[in-house]
Amino acid sequence: MADWFAKLKADFILNFIEKDRWKYLTTGLVNTLKITLVACLLGIVLGVIVAIIRSTWDKNKETMRHGVGRFFLKLGNGICQIYLTVIRGTPVVVQLMIMFFVIFASSKNGPAVAMLAFGINSGAYVAEIIRSGIMSTDNGQFEAGRSLGFNYVQTMWYIVIPQALKSVLPALANEFIVLLKETSVAGYVAIRDLTKGGDIIRGVTYSPLMPLIAVALIYLVMVMFFTWLVGKLERRLRNSDH
Amino acid sequence: MTTDVLIEVKDLKKHFNGGAIKALDGISTDIHHGEVVVVIGPSGSGKSTFLRCLNLLELPTDGTILFEGTDITDPSCNINLHRQKMGMVFQHFNLFPHMTILRNMTIAPVKLLKKSQTEAEAKAMELLTRVGLADRAGAYPSQLSGGQKQRVAIVRALCMEPDVMLFDEPTSALDPEMVGEVLDVMKQLARDGMTMVVVTHEMGFAREVGDRVLFMDGGRLVEEGTPQQIFEHPQSARLQDFLAKVL
Repeated sequence: MADWFAKLKADFILNFIEKDRWKYLTTGLVNTLKITLVACLLGIVLGVIVAIIRSTWDKNKETMRHGVGRFFLKLGNGICQIYLTVIRGTPVVVQLMIMFFVIFASSKNGPAVAMLAFGINSGAYVAEIIRSGIMSTDNGQFEAGRSLGFNYVQTMWYIVIPQALKSVLPALANEFIVLLKETSVAGYVAIRDLTKGGDIIRGVTYSPLMPLIAVALIYLVMVMFFTWLVGKLERRLRNSDH
Repeated sequence: MTTDVLIEVKDLKKHFNGGAIKALDGISTDIHHGEVVVVIGPSGSGKSTFLRCLNLLELPTDGTILFEGTDITDPSCNINLHRQKMGMVFQHFNLFPHMTILRNMTIAPVKLLKKSQTEAEAKAMELLTRVGLADRAGAYPSQLSGGQKQRVAIVRALCMEPDVMLFDEPTSALDPEMVGEVLDVMKQLARDGMTMVVVTHEMGFAREVGDRVLFMDGGRLVEEGTPQQIFEHPQSARLQDFLAKVL
């Protein structure tokens, strides 16, 4: 038993303490968090815009007057459809590599390219989640807003979107957990994120157990913390229904 | 008589499925300042569609609606500005569930009429007091009974200081014992001189409060007149048949 402990301790020192190897994990963690956070914000912005365009078209295509507005909405809806099809139909790693090696081949800023790639990817999923929220919000809410004199965008912003977000919060939280873990493929384009950090340590120490378990634990703790946070938010939002 | 016309409806038509269903088949009528117009008729007669066309929640297929002299069916007209002057009350209340009662009432005046929050709240509280709900200002809609919700919906519309109030079967979704409290608020409103268009199945209300009753069937205006003419001396066979069933 003492033997086993001694081996574990030596392993720990080799992987984390020696030559300050723990820094691979901390700098990796910072990169992972940065990429996730920015991608998450970008995903929400993109997702809300795409969801609004898609649901506006779906709701109004039959009743809308023919004209410039209808033409641009139809065009926007078409562009959104293509975006959703392409992004949801291809693996995120491939998208990341296309961004890094083709579209932004001249860029030296790996993390920024990753933020963009993951943000654009997440936006497609967020869009469909929010669209489901918008479509499930009672049409009477929309009509009540319009009858007071709010225009379409104001009605969406003040009345429909807050209710839609509340009802899709669990699905959104799920999407962001997926996003956080998906950024682990950033190592494919030589970005030193958390996973890559652990892998670098493994590569120099030839001792896979400790660094990989450490990486897994860090992801797990982050996801648990985030889940707890969302739970709190859900309880706060539930104030209005008793 | 023409000077005090508030809403002038000319040959209003609303077709669905490319004309296969004629929900409104040529309705013409004038709504005057301070008048209470009650619209009655069997279900599917187009009375709700007619009301929803008045503020363009339903886009008419044909015909014109002049509101305060402006043709609101003209695509170049900004309907949002005109809707601020037309309050609407729905069958299912449609209060905003994520906002308190006070916020439900103040959001439109603050955002659209650019009133200050304090000013809007003072007005809202005054109206809530009038309908006996001042103590519920901080509550959420889900904490209110149906009758209370509908009273809030009425005063929410009044916060915009509209020139006309449109009621779309305001008591149809209520428990029978709550109908009275909502009708009382509407009667008070009528006494205060508000112009009202009310779609309802409450014949008692139509008879007591209405200045004019419109009877619709099959998307057409079959008969109109004072409550006395309509209820005591119905002319058309369709109206006589309808009254025999509901009275």
